[in-house]
Amino acid sequence: MVEPVLEITNLVKSFGALRATDGVTLDLRPGEIHALIGPNGAGKSTLIHQICGTVRQDSGTIHFAGQDIGSLGVAERAQRGLGRTFQVSSLAHEFSALRNVMLAVQARQGSSFRFFKPALLDRSLTDPAMAVLDRVGLAERARIPAYELSHGERRQLEIAIALALGSKAFLLDEPMAGMGPDGSKTLTGFLDRLRQEAPILLVEHDMDAVFALADRISVLVYGRIIATGGVEDIRRDPAVRSAYLGDHD
Amino acid sequence: MSRETVVNLILAVLLLAVPLLANAVGQPFYITLATRIAILALAATGLNLALGLGGLVSFGHAAFFGIGGYAAGILATHGFSGDPLIFGLSGTNLMPVIWLVAAVTAGLAGLAIGAISLRTSGVYFIMITLAFAQMVYYFAVSWPAYGGEDGLSILVRNQFPGVNSMRPLSFFLICYVVLLVSIGLFALIRASRFGSALQAARQNPVRVATVGIRPFRIRLTAFAISAMMTGLAGALFADLNRFVSPSMLSWHMSGELIVLIILGGTGRLFGPLAGAALYVIIEYALGGITERWQFFLGLILLGVVLFARGGLLGFVTGKARHG
Ligand SMILES: Nc1ncnc2c1ncn2[C@@H]1O[C@H](COP(=O)(O)OP(=O)(O)OP(=O)(O)O)[C@@H](O)[C@H]1O
Ligand SMILES: [Mg+2]
Repeated sequence: MVEPVLEITNLVKSFGALRATDGVTLDLRPGEIHALIGPNGAGKSTLIHQICGTVRQDSGTIHFAGQDIGSLGVAERAQRGLGRTFQVSSLAHEFSALRNVMLAVQARQGSSFRFFKPALLDRSLTDPAMAVLDRVGLAERARIPAYELSHGERRQLEIAIALALGSKAFLLDEPMAGMGPDGSKTLTGFLDRLRQEAPILLVEHDMDAVFALADRISVLVYGRIIATGGVEDIRRDPAVRSAYLGDHD
Repeated sequence: MSRETVVNLILAVLLLAVPLLANAVGQPFYITLATRIAILALAATGLNLALGLGGLVSFGHAAFFGIGGYAAGILATHGFSGDPLIFGLSGTNLMPVIWLVAAVTAGLAGLAIGAISLRTSGVYFIMITLAFAQMVYYFAVSWPAYGGEDGLSILVRNQFPGVNSMRPLSFFLICYVVLLVSIGLFALIRASRFGSALQAARQNPVRVATVGIRPFRIRLTAFAISAMMTGLAGALFADLNRFVSPSMLSWHMSGELIVLIILGGTGRLFGPLAGAALYVIIEYALGGITERWQFFLGLILLGVVLFARGGLLGFVTGKARHG
């Protein structure tokens, strides 16, 4: 079997009496889209936060690209190739879309300690940034400040930033939220191709997208994974149906 | 040319024109006033780097201002008396050397203070920078070797090669050039990669960390550069007054620098100059009439905070753009 890119073992995180993550074990393999679904408050975002380091786990391990990253800071994990998007978009809101992506490009080049050359005139920053914006369909909105972008556009911008980082794995927290049906469709096609670049851990409520994209699905309920499997296994799983999918049809 | 650029140019020209005119009609007092504006603007430009670009509300920049001032005073005293300073090094009355020492000393102090303070944020950051500045203040007060509470006089203004710095206009021109160079530096830094990271860290530190840049390092570097500029201003201020005292280190001074920036327009290139000009003019115009001029300054500040968040420059030129 191929080595997983990301491997989480027995992760636990409590907020007071609430066990938001309750012994989660999960992996992400090269080339796959692994969907993480579950009802509101199941702990999906909390899990993403722990993988990226914005929330520190109480116990358990996180391995990424063969190394234990569980005690590293957010920036160090990003440098190692973890690219993420936030459920509630998190951008430098005064900066244009372009400058947001340029920040990722300069971070990737490891060159934030340059003091004199104007960044916006620096083709080695703007060219790659524009290329990435073009890929996610935001090229025409490059000069618009992030706070003026629509909900859906901010989602795309977050993906653009993760792309610009040359991430080795993508952790996407509800990328379809706030997008219209057309937007979701376009993004579905985009993610379908993206998995060849790097595997994706996809948190998503849009079941059409999940069933269309996922190689594997894990179902999280009250901080626990109650099932992991292929699309058909999950569709048929009685526990999943009663806990989450709603047992009609 | 954007409207802000035009206003900036007007400010720069005015600041130059007033002392030239005052010199022509033999009114040196106005030259001193303009020099004061230039030096305060320089100190505030330093703070603007941390506060305006980085969102680091330092309530302790008087420490760097004062350290720069004392660097000038101490070097000049030793230069005058001939007593060696430390490690057998002598003092000096050469401004370029003094500036270098002032900026480096203030920068090192900025690194030390920043390394600890920047681990906190918000109100805690404000309080801890204040606490450090107060420590420096009380140290100066209780250090008899250099005047303690009474301060330290610089008997003869320090020299700049090829310029008669004793002439008010010449000294003003020195300060003016240093100010313009520093504003230029500020503009370069703001537009650079470093400036992008610094401003992004103000807007959203989590975003910055998520792309793999540690906000702490960016902020610490900015804080040190900021301290250097403010320290340089302190050295010039000492030469302007030919006197250094702990009052340069007091929290009033820190507050004054913040007020200048808010008055002029936070994060704006010429905000500190606009703020310093307004401040000094109010002080001069109202200070002659009433002891309570600071009350009116307070009112103006209140007006700016409530109705013109971009400060004077924001009021005149509209919203800032970030490309
Ligand atoms: N910082 C925090 N402090 C306290 N409780 C928290 C914190 N973050 C999350 N929680 C709680 O942990 C639980 C899991 O939250 P989380 O946001 O991970 O759920 P989710 O699966 O992402 O839900 P949704 O589908 O609504 O996004 C919730 O009950 C939430 O209230
Ligand atoms: Mg969530």
